[in-house]
Amino acid sequence: MEPPVVSFLVQPTSTVERPEAPPEANSRTFARAIADVREGWQNRELWGHLGWQDIKQRYRRSVIGPLWITISMGTTALALGLLYSQLFNQEINTFLPYITAGFVVWNFLVGCVTEGTDVFIANEGLIKHLPAPISVHVLRLVWRQVLFFAHNLVVYAVVVAIFFGDLNQPYQMQDDPVTHPGLSWAILLAIPAFALLAVNAVWVALLFGIISTRFRDIPPVIHSFINLIFFMTPIVWHTGILHKVGADGDWRMLIAELNPLYHFLEIVRAPMLGHQQSWHHWAVVGGFTVLGWALALLAMRNYRARVSYWV
Amino acid sequence: MVSIDVWNASVDFPIFDAKSRSLKKLALGKVGGKIGSEGRVPIIEALHDINVSLKDGDRVGLVGHNGAGKSTLLRLLAGIYEPTRGSSRIVGKVAPVFDLGVGMDPEISGYENIMIRGLFLGMNRREMEKRVDDIAEFTELGDYLSMPLRTYSTGMRVRLALGVVTSIDPEILLLDEGIGAVDAAFLEKARNRLHDLVKRSGILVFASHSDEFLLELCDSAIWMDEGRMKAHGGLREVLTSYKGRDPFENLSPEMLERIGQSKVLSGNGGE
Repeated sequence: MEPPVVSFLVQPTSTVERPEAPPEANSRTFARAIADVREGWQNRELWGHLGWQDIKQRYRRSVIGPLWITISMGTTALALGLLYSQLFNQEINTFLPYITAGFVVWNFLVGCVTEGTDVFIANEGLIKHLPAPISVHVLRLVWRQVLFFAHNLVVYAVVVAIFFGDLNQPYQMQDDPVTHPGLSWAILLAIPAFALLAVNAVWVALLFGIISTRFRDIPPVIHSFINLIFFMTPIVWHTGILHKVGADGDWRMLIAELNPLYHFLEIVRAPMLGHQQSWHHWAVVGGFTVLGWALALLAMRNYRARVSYWV
Repeated sequence: MVSIDVWNASVDFPIFDAKSRSLKKLALGKVGGKIGSEGRVPIIEALHDINVSLKDGDRVGLVGHNGAGKSTLLRLLAGIYEPTRGSSRIVGKVAPVFDLGVGMDPEISGYENIMIRGLFLGMNRREMEKRVDDIAEFTELGDYLSMPLRTYSTGMRVRLALGVVTSIDPEILLLDEGIGAVDAAFLEKARNRLHDLVKRSGILVFASHSDEFLLELCDSAIWMDEGRMKAHGGLREVLTSYKGRDPFENLSPEMLERIGQSKVLSGNGGE
């Protein structure tokens, strides 16, 4: 038998005015899951500050500072562009902007997915010491990735400025039957497209973060597969090539289309390059947004309160 | 109106990476929560059957041995752990001060650390900017505030952390032990600020092994033992049964006067 609690003195705080206990634990409801996300969003000042701090901190004491992000993206894009334009026999004038835009967007996607799996594990100290909505850590991560993206966008701007003459008119990529309309005001579509990407990044980090906190094998799995997916996604090559390889390019195209990251990439990249846009990419991304958020909210409902136990 | 209510709450930790066999030996130990291993995953039962009801004006001290569940209880009351069984309701802005180092970044300056720490404790940027001068004056760090935190000594870090913590306006203040590594003159100053802070806050829960601090800041107490509340009541009664002696009998008259406890059991000899 357990010894009873000894009460020496009836405090005014004791049983008398005490409200009734709720019939059951109320932590597993959609209302709490949604409230977590809403409160996280309201803490903008906190995660906004922390996201900036993460970037500034990474380059503290370096002379060039966050410009390093831009420089490393610039060299990578240039090197990859030169290499693959030779390998695939592509014209550098249109291929370098293509690789740069693709790589800049890919970096954002991959940053959100890989860091998303670590988001709660990496913030163990904060989660155990401060009562904050768990979505704060996710929003901090996505905000940090948005800032990285903004730094990398400089490279894109420079490359497009250099090859503006080639992109400003209807053009074809080498080996691609599609004629692209060239840069126009349609470039503005990249803004809502990127916003949609960020919205998706939040559910990805929430869902993968919760799963990875419980099952620690998930982050290494994701880390090792993501490089494979990089080569499966049309970034250093373009889908036009698939038609050229054989007469029956259809099944190859199907495999490319089955890769969800392709659609996420394409809705942002196509307007950035004045490419022919296809609405089915938007439809796929829209579907993933709804499905993903539903799954993430379900995970939040069931396991949001468990995260602090698992980290 | 701030309040904390906890009904029949338990906190069980699943330990995923432990071998259950070796834990059987541990289960015989006295320190820490009871370790269950009925399921596939061993579980540490850190708290059971906690019933607490706190409201505005409560000043509660937490006492108990190491591993009795004091820190876990504080986290339950902060809402960091939601109970695995039972339920809890916390109304009010919680400012937990468990570890003075959390949220402190050694690479950034003292000023920036003040800002971040404040944001973590639920303040906004404008409120913190108003407090920076006050904190700078209190900590006596002067020009050091614009230096990176890694150049600070341990004592200076504690000063900074205490300066921030004592400048906020919490509704529910949860303090864990470990505020003590500062020099005596500074502690005297911090004591006053701590008193003001406690006065400003609606609810205080303070886990400490220091009788002196407990007597100064609290008026009731909870005694935790093996994850249960062994006793809950007036500070003096709980401390007496926890320590096996009356903690008031060795206090100096000035101290008793300061904490408003004039009732002295027998003539005492001061220090």
